[in-house]
Amino acid sequence: MRKISLLILMLLTVAAKAQEAQPEMADTFRSQGKIYVVVLVLATIFAGIILYLVRLDRKISKLEKGN
Amino acid sequence: MRSLWWKVLCVIMLAYTIIGGLLLPVPARFILNETIRNLYFHVPMWFTMILLFGFSFYFSLSYLRKGNLELDIRAVGFAKIGILFSIFGMLTGMEWAKYTWGQPWSNDPKQLATAICMLSYFAYLILRGGIKDEEKRAKISAVYNVFAFALMIPLLFVLPRMVDSLHPGNGGNPAFSNYDLDNRMRMVFYPAVIGWFLLGYWISTLHIRINLFRFKTENTF
Repeated sequence: MRKISLLILMLLTVAAKAQEAQPEMADTFRSQGKIYVVVLVLATIFAGIILYLVRLDRKISKLEKGN
Repeated sequence: MRSLWWKVLCVIMLAYTIIGGLLLPVPARFILNETIRNLYFHVPMWFTMILLFGFSFYFSLSYLRKGNLELDIRAVGFAKIGILFSIFGMLTGMEWAKYTWGQPWSNDPKQLATAICMLSYFAYLILRGGIKDEEKRAKISAVYNVFAFALMIPLLFVLPRMVDSLHPGNGGNPAFSNYDLDNRMRMVFYPAVIGWFLLGYWISTLHIRINLFRFKTENTF
């Protein structure tokens, strides 16, 4: 019985240690809501690139039709 | 806009990749931390490159069989955009490596093999630039392109896996095992691959259509 309780105690300490050492993630960044700014910026750039591609595509289609 | 549906699909997939890729949960790992999200952007660059080089290879083979110059225009279009994606893949990989492996270039076997592969494709463009006659240029560069694609397969898929590497999926481990990629990440990663594939294909078709148009009107490209 003592042996088992000792084992449980050891396992618990190991588990507690493992919990202490969590990899750091950008949780503060997210909680302050600023990650959404980055998403917005990327979405803007992406929208611009797609708009450019669509216009280019249309122009080429027009050229091909005119031929 | 010819055949709209896959272009719409491309935009939807990439919008989901950018928004979901930054906001959806990812596993917490030491060293990688949030940079694990680069998986949605760096890795699909290489997948797209391989796909575009595959198309280029196919059109080079078709050119050699049929001798139609339009097939050569298609082959070079896919190769050029494939090279563009390989440059993106290399730059994003070096940026990622700087903050996780400590330096942008660590002579990792996969980095070296990829650099050789990129050089062999740069040589394809240089070879084309050096030949004036269109028929001759098409034929010689098509033969070279077949060789470059055949060289890419051992360089990217065989050699880096036979030695220890910093990349996951090398040194005997299968790539994209449960250890590297959990189910939450698959939810974004697979759409990301499809989205980037379609974007690479879309840009290639634009490039090819311009050159086909020039070839038809001015008889040169």
